[in-house]
Amino acid sequence: MKIKFWGVRGSIPSPGPKTVRYGGNTTCIYIETDEGEHIILDAGTGIFPLAHTLLSKLPLKCHIFLTHTHWDHIQGLPFFVPIFIPGNVIDIYGAFDLVTNRNLKDVLSRQMDYTYFPVREAELKAEIKYHVLHERQTINIGSTKVTNVLMNHPVLNFGYRIDNNGKSMFFTGDNEPLYNIYDPADDFYGEYEKLMAQKNNMIFELIQGVDVLIADAAYTDEEYKMKRGWGHGTHSSCIEMSKVVRPSALYLTHHEPTRSDDDLEKIYQNINVPSGDTSYFLAKEGLEIIL
Amino acid sequence: MKDVQQNMLKMAEGMPAFPKSVHRVLELTSDINCDAKELVRVIEHDPVLILKILKLVNSASFGLYQKITSINHAVVYLGLNTVKNLAIITATIGVLPRKNKAGLEMDQFLLHSLATAAIAKILASKMGVPDADLFDYFLAGLLHDIGKVVFAQFVPNKYKTALDNAIKKEIPLYESERAAVGADHCQMGSMVAAKWQLPASLVDCIREHHGDTGENISDQRLSDYLFIANQVSKELKIGFAGESLLDEIPDRIAKRFGKNLQEIIAFIGDISGEVDKALVFIKN
Repeated sequence: MKIKFWGVRGSIPSPGPKTVRYGGNTTCIYIETDEGEHIILDAGTGIFPLAHTLLSKLPLKCHIFLTHTHWDHIQGLPFFVPIFIPGNVIDIYGAFDLVTNRNLKDVLSRQMDYTYFPVREAELKAEIKYHVLHERQTINIGSTKVTNVLMNHPVLNFGYRIDNNGKSMFFTGDNEPLYNIYDPADDFYGEYEKLMAQKNNMIFELIQGVDVLIADAAYTDEEYKMKRGWGHGTHSSCIEMSKVVRPSALYLTHHEPTRSDDDLEKIYQNINVPSGDTSYFLAKEGLEIIL
Repeated sequence: MKDVQQNMLKMAEGMPAFPKSVHRVLELTSDINCDAKELVRVIEHDPVLILKILKLVNSASFGLYQKITSINHAVVYLGLNTVKNLAIITATIGVLPRKNKAGLEMDQFLLHSLATAAIAKILASKMGVPDADLFDYFLAGLLHDIGKVVFAQFVPNKYKTALDNAIKKEIPLYESERAAVGADHCQMGSMVAAKWQLPASLVDCIREHHGDTGENISDQRLSDYLFIANQVSKELKIGFAGESLLDEIPDRIAKRFGKNLQEIIAFIGDISGEVDKALVFIKN
């Protein structure tokens, strides 16, 4: 399969001279399977330039898996041109919103309400199918399997594992490593540790040994001190994750919008990369991985 | 009568939580740096809040891979912000009135529930139940009488009759409930717990907390401990949930403990500290 980054930025698009090398679009990853199926992970603003490359493949059948519905992961969706073209079939997958008790269609349609967008969801010409995923549900697209697992973010966030033809990748979506809310002296500290271990084991069991791991590395360790609980990982937390998962390659993504290309590379130079079989990269708009 | 129960089950969806915890949830969650530990503590001491949050996270439409059995578990699994927002939507429904037409005093009810929860947990701990399971005992105690709240809230006039008759005729409350309401609080509580996807062990022990109905019990130990904890808290008169008659202890349960009720009370020891802790969740 081929994996290509179309958006690697977190929170808000950040165009400008300081982000030209890594790109300013928010999260969007495109996967083309060996059999030619189109899978898109997240619909940040990166999905807009991606859309134009897909116009040569009409009628288009594609599958969009949303890690979660924060703006930076869905904002490109109304601008995904294939949704306006009859004959296209677009399957969109994501979690049920249990706080507002809304299914995926309701959640996504709202950003196309009259107040926010000139075209209503009901007016879209493509056939759009919404699928609410249960945790650990596997979707079969031809012989390709897409399996989700719940990660840790201020809203429900699925990480997705994709298996195609013996190759595999996992994208965390937005994810902060779990931390204990109790102090070691508290009664519940031990219980909480166990629950965290159980949850982590469940995630690691699913993603163990994938070829490519793409992970949320929004913050430096220093920044994280002020941003604990905001739902993002750090460069070093991703490295720690990769030590367990042991992928062939780890791609760090969800770059902070204020981070310049130079800053990003400086951070990369200073990352304490362990020796081993895993290669480490910064995710970059336009970068393609062929597995 | 089945219809009436189904109707109550539906109405229970909109049941508000207890005043103090609603107030605390709204207070805690108005701060962007919401105190996670305190929020968990508040939710875990309100039978309505915890039941509703566990219901939401375990709902079939959401479809989690694992059953969530405590609020700490929910925080680990879904994150603090999601749990916080679930608490807010539950808290903003309103508050259970401290007094209702049925005459069930809610402060006293909550004290009885919290005391039973604490006693079940202490007893289990002293009897060597592993720490990891103790929360289930606490939760069983906290939720065992939840059916009474549903009755008091949604069929207050009939429930007043049930409460009055139990005292006047010196009969078990569950008997006068069956006569007045058509179901008892064990049935109602376990129905709510089952409908709301709580673990079978909890559903069963709520159903069985006044004695065996002959139905299968998935966790006999939990069920037996809850039975005893309820008797202890009634005997010690900590709080009041509409009944003071003690139930006869079935042979099986007596055998498990090898002690009579007074000996069990002595074995549990002083719980005044626990009662003080419980009062924090009641008084303003």
